[in-house]
Amino acid sequence: MSYTNPPTTPRKSHTFDDYTLSEIRRAATTGIYDIRGAGAKRRVPHFDDLLFLGASMSRYPLEGYRERCDTDVVLGSRYAKKPLHLKIPITIAGMSFGSLSANAKEALGRGATIAGTSTTTGDGGMSTEERGQSQTLVYQYLPSRYGMNPEDLLKADAIEIVIGQGAKPGGGGMLLGQKITDRVAEMRTLPKGIDQRSASRHPDWTGPDDLEIKILELREITDWQKPIFIKVGGARPYYDVALAVKSGADVVVLDGMQGGTAATQEVFIEHVGMPTLACIRPAVQALQDLGMHRKVQLIVSGGIRNGADVAKALALGADAVSIGTAALVALGDNDPLREADYQKLGTTAGAYDDWHEGKDPAGITTQDPDLMARLDPVLAGRRLANYLKVMTLEAQTIARACGHNHVHNLEPEDLCALTLEAAAMARVPLAGTDWIPGRDRL
Amino acid sequence: MPTVDLAATDLRALNQALHQLSAGTNETQWEIVNPRGSHAVAVGVNAPVDITIRGSLGYYCAGMNRQAKVTVHGSVGPGVAENMMSGEVVVKGDASQYAGATGHGGLLVIEGNASSRCGISMKGIDIVVKGNIGHMSAFMAQAGNLVVCGDAGDALGDSIYEARLFVRGKVKSLGADCIEKPMRPEHIEIVGKLLARAGITDVKAEEFKRYGSARKLYTFNVDHADAYG
Repeated sequence: MSYTNPPTTPRKSHTFDDYTLSEIRRAATTGIYDIRGAGAKRRVPHFDDLLFLGASMSRYPLEGYRERCDTDVVLGSRYAKKPLHLKIPITIAGMSFGSLSANAKEALGRGATIAGTSTTTGDGGMSTEERGQSQTLVYQYLPSRYGMNPEDLLKADAIEIVIGQGAKPGGGGMLLGQKITDRVAEMRTLPKGIDQRSASRHPDWTGPDDLEIKILELREITDWQKPIFIKVGGARPYYDVALAVKSGADVVVLDGMQGGTAATQEVFIEHVGMPTLACIRPAVQALQDLGMHRKVQLIVSGGIRNGADVAKALALGADAVSIGTAALVALGDNDPLREADYQKLGTTAGAYDDWHEGKDPAGITTQDPDLMARLDPVLAGRRLANYLKVMTLEAQTIARACGHNHVHNLEPEDLCALTLEAAAMARVPLAGTDWIPGRDRL
Repeated sequence: MPTVDLAATDLRALNQALHQLSAGTNETQWEIVNPRGSHAVAVGVNAPVDITIRGSLGYYCAGMNRQAKVTVHGSVGPGVAENMMSGEVVVKGDASQYAGATGHGGLLVIEGNASSRCGISMKGIDIVVKGNIGHMSAFMAQAGNLVVCGDAGDALGDSIYEARLFVRGKVKSLGADCIEKPMRPEHIEIVGKLLARAGITDVKAEEFKRYGSARKLYTFNVDHADAYG
């Protein structure tokens, strides 16, 4: 055996990893930035970095299967004559007909209705399938106003004014031409097959002072019946939530950077906005400082996956959560059963995010009639309902273990953090200490 | 004819009364006095009635109007007739920003001047302005006709889709992807009819120039990236 000039193991750069290299090559070849769907894929501090403490000597638990733990939530009690009464604190986030197939929208409505919760329209208006199958439907009021009309506004159960979303705070929307079919084009008053841009600002108001008047108009048009939600992307949650309250919102929807989008630039998704975990406490602080916590309800979205995430968001002060990506997965998105189809598209199940291309093998993010037919809206709706039920049961289990008879009674004192970052963001102690970084001095 | 004095009646009561009108109502003539710059006056009306407003208004007068004819003897703030679906709104004075924004149908007539972003994101509404319009008008305009008897400000029709813009006077500048197009006989007919509906008789349709989309930005092309800036 010779030890002269021994070889080293080939070493790849952490900075220039395989993905980064592939993106440089892709950019050099095409001359255009990468567009994709979904939310941030990078590792960020998240709910996994928090743990519930549970009850022991100092807290008294509720019996896991026998004692009552309620999950209902009222949204819009500040001004609306008809606030929403939901059975569970998990709603379905806004996703457009156009980016999603009609079958997918119908399935979301079916699943939400079985579970006793709401679903939400998106850019492009209200589809008949969605309204028909949704007992409680929130109508998004977006900068593009595609498909916006007073008839649908009056059919809605609540109105959500979209200022931004977590995947792209400050950005508008995009629906590429291949998904602009005759029906989508007609609903949006655009030529078929063109790239459709949704503006990043509303066309007829600027800033919270104007928004207050816009909300007055919407309330007058709907005779003050419907709750008005304001949705913001996670950017400056303390000030954004405070201004939403000032503008007259009944409900604030706060979407962190893990929240999905139908399509935008990769660089936008991964580099703009804050993690969901970092957004909640400043938002709750704003509500508390204004004396509006629990009066103006807070819905948190962006990376909610299971009942533990739900319980953690509620413990940090949210009134409800909203799911988008997870709901699509429940319908059948990225299912390994379709791996062969994903391989044909140059990807793999679990990584497919070219939702803008309209080639979704699961029939969800497409307008192709053949692909769309793959999604049975009744079956998919049942799957979503099952998933919502499981999440709710999980959240109840945790709440009972912490001694609470309503999931809204969960509180920050039920939590500890596994990392310094999560402790600072969630403003709960690092596990095993009483130290909250950023708040307490060493 | 019901007369509503907004100095004595609150906005909610007025709009509620207007919302309760149906197609067969006998109360087809309404007068609103002392609006004193109120916002959201006569919004969401859905009945074939005439509403005459005496005085100037704030934001969103006649927003989302359907069927009604609303005549304002005064000036209006931002967003007059925003998202109008049908009917007619006539402003005898001037209009602030966003006049007719996102409107899907109906006719909006501004007898004075309209400020910036007139017809922004319009989706089928017809707008006739007797005076001038401000900058960024018809931004991302999708459908409908904007007829301007006076001049247009900077960046007219920026990122326009299929709306038609007709300007009789000077255009300070055109926005991205907006170009001048020939006035063909069908366009002269469109302008002539809209002028007639607006009651403008001292202006000829042949005096207008037409502007619309070059359709070069309909599909993103990196070679056109500078045009987006």
